[in-house]
Amino acid sequence: MTNQPRHSPDASHAGHSGGPIRHSAVVHHDRGEVEAVQDALEAAMAACGYSKASLFAVRLSFQEGIANAFNHGHKHLPPHTPAKVEFAVTPAEVLIAIEDQGPGFKPDAVADCTLDENLEVPRGRGVMLIRAYMHEVRYNDNGNRVEMIFRAKPSA
Amino acid sequence: MPSDSRLRIRKQDSVVQIEFIDRNILDEGNIQMISEEISRLIDAETTPKLLISFANVDHLSSAALGALITINNKIRQKNGQLRLAGIDPQIYEVFVITRLNKLFQIHESVDDAIKSFG
Repeated sequence: MTNQPRHSPDASHAGHSGGPIRHSAVVHHDRGEVEAVQDALEAAMAACGYSKASLFAVRLSFQEGIANAFNHGHKHLPPHTPAKVEFAVTPAEVLIAIEDQGPGFKPDAVADCTLDENLEVPRGRGVMLIRAYMHEVRYNDNGNRVEMIFRAKPSA
Repeated sequence: MPSDSRLRIRKQDSVVQIEFIDRNILDEGNIQMISEEISRLIDAETTPKLLISFANVDHLSSAALGALITINNKIRQKNGQLRLAGIDPQIYEVFVITRLNKLFQIHESVDDAIKSFG
């Protein structure tokens, strides 16, 4: 899915000039473990010159992806079941993959929370926020792995 | 109020004013605590008038939006009123994307929100 995310230009003269900054981790439903990956992701983005608005978009999408993995994917699994998180950051784009061990879900079956009749329903906004803030979002056939791509907006 | 409260609360005239202590309203455990604390405030009022200020908040998640919807529903069941104020433009955009700016009464400043209570 491609859309027009909302963010200001990212620096064209990023400090990072090598290959992608990659990270792979197995995380449990633990705030400290998740924040450690998030910190590494944001450090990589900062090294590549991404703007504050881009960091906001990616942080939100990452948090929603993690919440979906543990709260929905692992809903019926033992609480210590880990999920796998990978990211690769270049000055051009940020790729994040989150894979849970659950049975998967059908993203297109999630109700449209922006319809008037669903506005007061407390759940179901994570998937749409990821789609709104990332340029590309794809799921594997099982629906237990999401890959999301955020592309840098070139400065003028 | 419990000592581990994640909120600053004060009541002025009939309006309960709430501010978040945390800059990031992302963690589900925290969100649940916040939600339960606000629910107790609603329970304590006959016709609740709540003003929630986001002045200190940099990030929030869909779980936080869900908690706000639950709070709004609870207040409306008691014929009360909820106002939101001081929302950072980046966070306001999350409300716009989800169309929750149509559900909530959102004001730029706390003063504007206070004046809006009926």
